[in-house]
Amino acid sequence: MSQNGTNASAAGQELLQIENLKTYFPVRSGVFQRTVAWVQAVDDISFAIRAGETLGLVGESGCGKTTVGRTMLRLIEPTAGKVTFDGQEVFQMRGAALKSLRRDMQIIFQDPYASLDPRVPVGESVMEGLNIHKIGTPRERFDLMMDTFRKVGLEGYHARRYPHEFSGGQRQRIGIARALALRPKFIICDEPVSALDVSIQSQVLNILKDLQAEFGLTYLFIAHNLSVVKHISDRIAVMYLGKIVELTSRDDLYAHPLHPYTQALMSAIPVPDPHLKRERIILKGDVPSPMNPPKGCRFHPRCPVAQPNCSEEEPQLRELAPGHQASCHYAEKFL
Amino acid sequence: MTKKESKAAKLDAEGISLKSVSLWQITWRRLFRRKSAIIGMVILGILVLIALTAQWIAPYDPFQVLIGIEPVKQRQAPCIHLLGCPEDQPEHIMGIDGNVRDQFSRLLYGTRLSLVIGLSTVSFAIVIGTVLGALSGYFGGWVDTVIMRVMDVLLAFPSLLLAIAIVTVLGPGLVNALLAIGIVSIPSYARVVRSSVITVREMDFVSATRAMGGNSYEILFKRILPNALTPLIVQGTLGIATAILDAAALSFLGLGAQPPTPEWGSMLGSERNQVFTAPHLVFYPGLAIMLTVLSFNLLGDGLRDALDPRLAHTSG
Repeated sequence: MSQNGTNASAAGQELLQIENLKTYFPVRSGVFQRTVAWVQAVDDISFAIRAGETLGLVGESGCGKTTVGRTMLRLIEPTAGKVTFDGQEVFQMRGAALKSLRRDMQIIFQDPYASLDPRVPVGESVMEGLNIHKIGTPRERFDLMMDTFRKVGLEGYHARRYPHEFSGGQRQRIGIARALALRPKFIICDEPVSALDVSIQSQVLNILKDLQAEFGLTYLFIAHNLSVVKHISDRIAVMYLGKIVELTSRDDLYAHPLHPYTQALMSAIPVPDPHLKRERIILKGDVPSPMNPPKGCRFHPRCPVAQPNCSEEEPQLRELAPGHQASCHYAEKFL
Repeated sequence: MTKKESKAAKLDAEGISLKSVSLWQITWRRLFRRKSAIIGMVILGILVLIALTAQWIAPYDPFQVLIGIEPVKQRQAPCIHLLGCPEDQPEHIMGIDGNVRDQFSRLLYGTRLSLVIGLSTVSFAIVIGTVLGALSGYFGGWVDTVIMRVMDVLLAFPSLLLAIAIVTVLGPGLVNALLAIGIVSIPSYARVVRSSVITVREMDFVSATRAMGGNSYEILFKRILPNALTPLIVQGTLGIATAILDAAALSFLGLGAQPPTPEWGSMLGSERNQVFTAPHLVFYPGLAIMLTVLSFNLLGDGLRDALDPRLAHTSG
């Protein structure tokens, strides 16, 4: 079922480039529903995803990580910016071109209870994409659906059942099967395990890893659980308030975090050793509202190492070590 | 056999059909655990049976004037042989009406009319209301504003008054009365559908269809609407009761069904001055209307409980 091999499909090359992506949501109020403010959910972020890799995207709730994913799939319309997938500009496409692009980009949702249509058998949900794109005969679609079911560890007879007959972990695997049925190149995993029991999480993560190996998938893995991201990612981007603050390889990030925010996150990972004394960095205050982000560096009101110029000048994401980007004026001192 | 059925049968034959216990079947089972719903369904079942078999169980032709055929008087009281009415008199268990016709036969034929009235007006209102509400909820923006403001204007008038106004413009008659009642009840369906479409629109499985390349038609009619219909079913069942009542009211006022049509409201209306001299002519049509309305209300209440997702685990 593999698709026509295009130039960027080889492993290691960039499959997706996201350039200066902005997604703002208008805040309307009053009788005439005038736009009184903008929620800057995603504000000017750029990164690239290489074919065959898993890019982890972490950040606390409300930092815009889900919006990034949904905007890339055009489930939310962007405010500005450019996304290039396999040489095609996603935001310029419409109609049939957009439809065929959607075969190659799929999404796995966070909430397995809301992501399946409760009124149709799950097999039909999984087959839906095949029907929309009219791939093969009904018989072939059915066989492909059954095949996909087995790929995620479910049995063929499960296809006849309705979502309410499944557990959360099973539903999430059905969600994976649905994303996989079209045999896409790229899947956005939008917190696929955060709604699941810890015992089920590893099972789902391993299925994702196995499928990646089998089908050469590229993942954007969105999560807020650092241990989960560490388990599955090749590279990790850290987001704070609509911006990427640090982007590097997994090992590098966990060994030498360069941004004060990443350092605070790392110090919050629980370690199963009661005798280990660690220095915890406790962040003060709350995440500021993305409607009215702080001037200068967005992290400066909570930053333990903030200097006066941090509230004036906005730091840019810059390469501090090979393949290691961070946006902090004083990142050098952590090198 | 419809096209869809034959398609399903074909898939069945190939062994690739997808069938299991659906949410509808669960709802159906839950409905049968509710006493009120069962009572409603039993009454309704009897009414439907009467409506279907009226021509065989009615002892007389509902339009037949019995002067010169039988020794009966105008507005004669009921004569039931079992209850001691002399055997030499013809039996009329609900008496004779003001035009010397058998009241019982007219009442039976009225069942047919009332159910048709309820179903036709509500289906008319549901179809138009669903389309308007779905477009409004799905597209939002100015489409929503325009449709909903028009609905607000319709809702601003008392429904019966507006129906009377529409009938006055169109002219009295049963079909016009039904049209008027249908138009008047569109806004409530449009609102119900709109609000549930807005809720369902934001759900992940809708996003999934969009992410797979489904167009607006597929998203709205295959994913959103089937999941937004639950409150509409309840509203529709309760709406049938209101429609029957409104139609009876219009007929009572002489704006709906015209004599000699055996319609309960007009039967009531034409004999209303004789309520003290011939109470049976007012009592039986009134009772029939009450029972019909009651059955739909009981069924609607039961459906509401059975379809309520919050009760899904308590009584499922």
